[in-house]
Amino acid sequence: MSNSDYKPNSKLDPNAKLSDNERLKTQSNLLRGTITNDLGDQLTGGFTADNFQLIRFHGMYQQDDRDIRAERIKQKLEPMHNVMLRARMPGGIIKPHQWLAIDKFAEEKTEYGSIRLTTRQTFQFHGVLKPHIKEMHLTLNDVGIDSIATAGDVNRNVLCTTNPVESELHQEAYEWAARISEHLLPKTRAYAEIWLNGEKQETTEEEPVLGSTYLPRKFKTTVTIPPNNEVDVHANDLNLVAIAEDGKLVGFNVLVGGGLAMTHGDVNTYPRKADDFGFISLDDTLAVAEHVVGVQRDWGNRANRKNAKTKYTLDTFGSDAFKAEVEKRAGVTFAPSRPYEFTHRGDRIGWVEGIDGKHHLTVFIQSGRILDYPDKPLKTGCRKIAEIHQGDFRMTANQNLIIAGVPAEQKAEIEQLAREHGLIDDAHTEQRKNSMACVSLPTCPLAMAEAERYLPDLIEKTEAILAKHEIADDDIILRVVGCPNGCGRAMLAEIGFVGKGPGKYNVYLGGNRAGTRIPKLYLENVGEEVYLPALDELIGQWAKARQPDECFGDFVIRKEIVAEVKVSKTDFHA
Amino acid sequence: MLLSQLSAAASPLTQEQLQKLQGLVAELNPIQQAWVSGYLAANANTAALAGTLGQAPAAASEAAPLTILYGSQTGNAKGVAAQLESAAKARGLQTKLVNMADYKPSALKKEQFIAVAVSTYGEGEPPEDAETLHAFLAGKKAPKLDGVKVAVLGLGDSSYEFFCQTAIDFEERLQKLGAESVVARADLDVDYEDQATAWIDSALDAFEPALKAQQTEGGANVVAMPLATAGAHASQYTKQNPFSAEISVVQKITGRNSTKDVRHVEISLEGSDIAYQPGDSLGVFFLNDEQRVDEVIALLGLEGDSEVTLGNETLTLRTALIEKLELTQSYPGFVEKYAAATNNAELSTLAGDKAALREYIEARQIFDIIKQQPGTLSAQALVDSCRKIQPRLYSIASSQAEVEEEVHLTVGLVEFDAFGETHQGGCSGYLAHRVEEGTQVKVFSEHNDNFRLPADDNTPVIMVGPGTGIAPFRAFLQEREARDAEGDNWLFFGNPHFTQDFLYQVELQKYVKSGVLNRIDLAFSRDQAEKIYVQDRLREKGQDVYTWLQNGAHFYVCGDASRMAKDVHQALVDIVKQYAGKSDEEAEEYLKELRSAGRYQKDVY
Repeated sequence: MSNSDYKPNSKLDPNAKLSDNERLKTQSNLLRGTITNDLGDQLTGGFTADNFQLIRFHGMYQQDDRDIRAERIKQKLEPMHNVMLRARMPGGIIKPHQWLAIDKFAEEKTEYGSIRLTTRQTFQFHGVLKPHIKEMHLTLNDVGIDSIATAGDVNRNVLCTTNPVESELHQEAYEWAARISEHLLPKTRAYAEIWLNGEKQETTEEEPVLGSTYLPRKFKTTVTIPPNNEVDVHANDLNLVAIAEDGKLVGFNVLVGGGLAMTHGDVNTYPRKADDFGFISLDDTLAVAEHVVGVQRDWGNRANRKNAKTKYTLDTFGSDAFKAEVEKRAGVTFAPSRPYEFTHRGDRIGWVEGIDGKHHLTVFIQSGRILDYPDKPLKTGCRKIAEIHQGDFRMTANQNLIIAGVPAEQKAEIEQLAREHGLIDDAHTEQRKNSMACVSLPTCPLAMAEAERYLPDLIEKTEAILAKHEIADDDIILRVVGCPNGCGRAMLAEIGFVGKGPGKYNVYLGGNRAGTRIPKLYLENVGEEVYLPALDELIGQWAKARQPDECFGDFVIRKEIVAEVKVSKTDFHA
Repeated sequence: MLLSQLSAAASPLTQEQLQKLQGLVAELNPIQQAWVSGYLAANANTAALAGTLGQAPAAASEAAPLTILYGSQTGNAKGVAAQLESAAKARGLQTKLVNMADYKPSALKKEQFIAVAVSTYGEGEPPEDAETLHAFLAGKKAPKLDGVKVAVLGLGDSSYEFFCQTAIDFEERLQKLGAESVVARADLDVDYEDQATAWIDSALDAFEPALKAQQTEGGANVVAMPLATAGAHASQYTKQNPFSAEISVVQKITGRNSTKDVRHVEISLEGSDIAYQPGDSLGVFFLNDEQRVDEVIALLGLEGDSEVTLGNETLTLRTALIEKLELTQSYPGFVEKYAAATNNAELSTLAGDKAALREYIEARQIFDIIKQQPGTLSAQALVDSCRKIQPRLYSIASSQAEVEEEVHLTVGLVEFDAFGETHQGGCSGYLAHRVEEGTQVKVFSEHNDNFRLPADDNTPVIMVGPGTGIAPFRAFLQEREARDAEGDNWLFFGNPHFTQDFLYQVELQKYVKSGVLNRIDLAFSRDQAEKIYVQDRLREKGQDVYTWLQNGAHFYVCGDASRMAKDVHQALVDIVKQYAGKSDEEAEEYLKELRSAGRYQKDVY
């Protein structure tokens, strides 16, 4: 089915004007636009008009240093334009030689000098100036990394549970993640032509899976190995939940239509959990993936981008209708779901031994920011480990790093390097390890409030409250995001802070440990002076009145401090 | 003198004419007044040439006049020449005032009386307008000048090594050709005014007898008209009588990580009659750093409130040092006088060794010399050791067509570390750090007819202005936009870093978008391994540059004189050689012709 078959469905207004992004994609000549002209424009460090959006399909966002935006206006200088690059690393696996290459580039050619691990199990470069962009892509290409389709209206980087213990199962799941990523990738040669000095070919290109106008909106996919829900399936459009028998992968339960983004003040937007379509065997995996994407491509709302994601398509057409269309197109019938359970989402910090006898060290990286801090040269530490490491690295969806596949005889040496450079720090509390923030200010253009830079402070204040109520060893899944777009997955936290304005947040309560419940608004647009006393009060109640092993999120639901969100469309804004 | 105070007795007008004039002027704003002033001046000049004023020129031409040749870079030499002319006219002497650039060397052999006022800039180089004549006098075609009477006045800045070198050259060359100096050459420093007036008197005393005798024979006479000297407009506010203007904006326009600190300064001219044109400069009087002044006073054991006299003014030492005397830019005269006043043997010896002295003052501000060689001297002796503070001239970065009663400057802060402390330039430090919105600062405009947009708006222009050299081109672009000029505009700009040093980036982006700026080429020298400068960009675009020149473009350069302007010139030579198939000499000749035609203009410093 090619894109020309796209027709507005009767459930959507057939006369609605398509969003401007649709025009942009249509006119982009398969994502080329006039990016090359902009690269040669000496007058600005930014991209113009459509190209500003098109570079996203190539894995980059134009950003600027928002801390100095006002200052530069006065200086008659344009904003400090730069790009953020998000690499495509299915399953978050990166080899030591690749690590060394990105370490060098981050050090020498980015304004911030950091490697930022993200919730999409990949790394981002922040602050790349226009003259360095091509060099960046060439550098990555030299070590087999690209950034195709890590942003924009496409299927983005495919996540895969990092699970280092069950090595074989992980290997199989990872291979599926990589294959799905390849299968759903745009086929245009625009990336190679623009960034890698690829020759222009006269062949007629097609986008057999995505269509020439790509998807209505971003699309996120995971391959998940229960019981760890590290990837947060309910934040993703398509999830393949691995079902194993005797340690062997036999198929997947397919969960469709999760997503956390919303818009402040727009009750037609809401975070929503994914629906379980049922079980498929391995043979049907690519076909199902392709046609879930295909139905969303054809049924998704291209007139209103705030109603365009798969979650809304499901709510508009009905989950059953969507599922039936997938079955029809893929020639597959979903079997009843196989039982599975998610029990946790956090990473197990420290060493574990895999069933293959290899050792794996998970190191906690606060907010995923790998940088040489004055007292903690994390970046140098990672580089030194990469120089001797024989296995691979895995970037987790919790923004941490696993040094995976260490032979027993090298364990001590790696551990020593990790300790010397602050990668192992026994002082990290459970609360810190279970807290997360998106990037936000100063680089993210969407940010309304601080997140990454505020998180350490908020953790300390939360820890003080826990200590005050004599539960210092307990923790609450706490996530802070600078805007309601959802990168930091605050809408699956026990306590979620969503930025509303400088120093002001909406506070959501009631997610659970496993990430299977959407939290609900508790306080709107408030500052510390309001939410800290409120949390103090609630945590105090929790400390006294909780049931055995009852997490904070479950407590606030049971005590009806907030109502449970069961069906997002009706409950979330109720 | 204000027009309202003018009486018929003090002017050449009748009472009726004066009333009409006063009535008209009352209705005009300062800009309109400036325009009328320029219009009348030009009209009067034309009328004088046509012989409708004064005596019949035919008769006058038979006698040799006092030919006053000036070679001016910033207008000072021209001003002295004009002063000489009016003083001569007041004595009833016939004169001919000519810019050296407009003087035909072949006319030399007809001259009998020549006065030269010429400045020196850079490393002993003549101002551009004087270059041709300067070279001609040393060449084989120079005529014998036996019996010709000459007087030479030089202007310079003694903080430079080859002080007044061009004046020295002129006198030597004229003498070599047989001319005789009637008065000792004056080599005048930046505070030249008083000495210039004295020299004019003695020069005219020396010229007058022979000149008068000869002119009487010829029967010539000239009515001295109290008209302004050439130029579109003469404000009542001058270097001697600056306007106290209010600073409205001082904004750093380099990024926070820049190695440079460049300030955009906006000054209100409201209430003045100062009018300027794109290409003009603004003279700015500044105050010395009070903290450093107090340090010096304390170090010398003096009292800040001691009374001192300066000319015919009595004021406190502290005020004199802050407001009246040069304490930043050092020059040999200070070392000599200060050494004598403090009986400092070391400095005296140094003052006797030119090369060593040069090196010494180059590394030091006057503040440093005093701090490193504190001696015993009276407050008055200290004051007498110093020369008067000189206003600094900045190329104006605005057009009145756009900013009306404002004037904008682009000021690069001079800042360096030496002897364990941070030093700042006198005026740039003042503007960047010691003034604020509302501070009154004394200014005057300095006309520069050697840096003017083409009269014809259809003429294309190429502007090369790296660093603060962008200033006059911002004025040019404002002017061309306001005039809806059809001619194409091409700018070459450079600085160390794109993100930090792209002066007026947002404005230039708008000019490109609106089509006012047809082309722009940028050279950010430190953004890549190999350094790239504006001259490299010129070469890259050599074919187009040559085509533009062939199509009549005017070519402007503003900024650093010592390297950039020379490199740009060499690039032009190379471009003309390559694309016109010319030899080095022919290419130089090509550029010389451009210059003579006013199509290759520089404002360099």
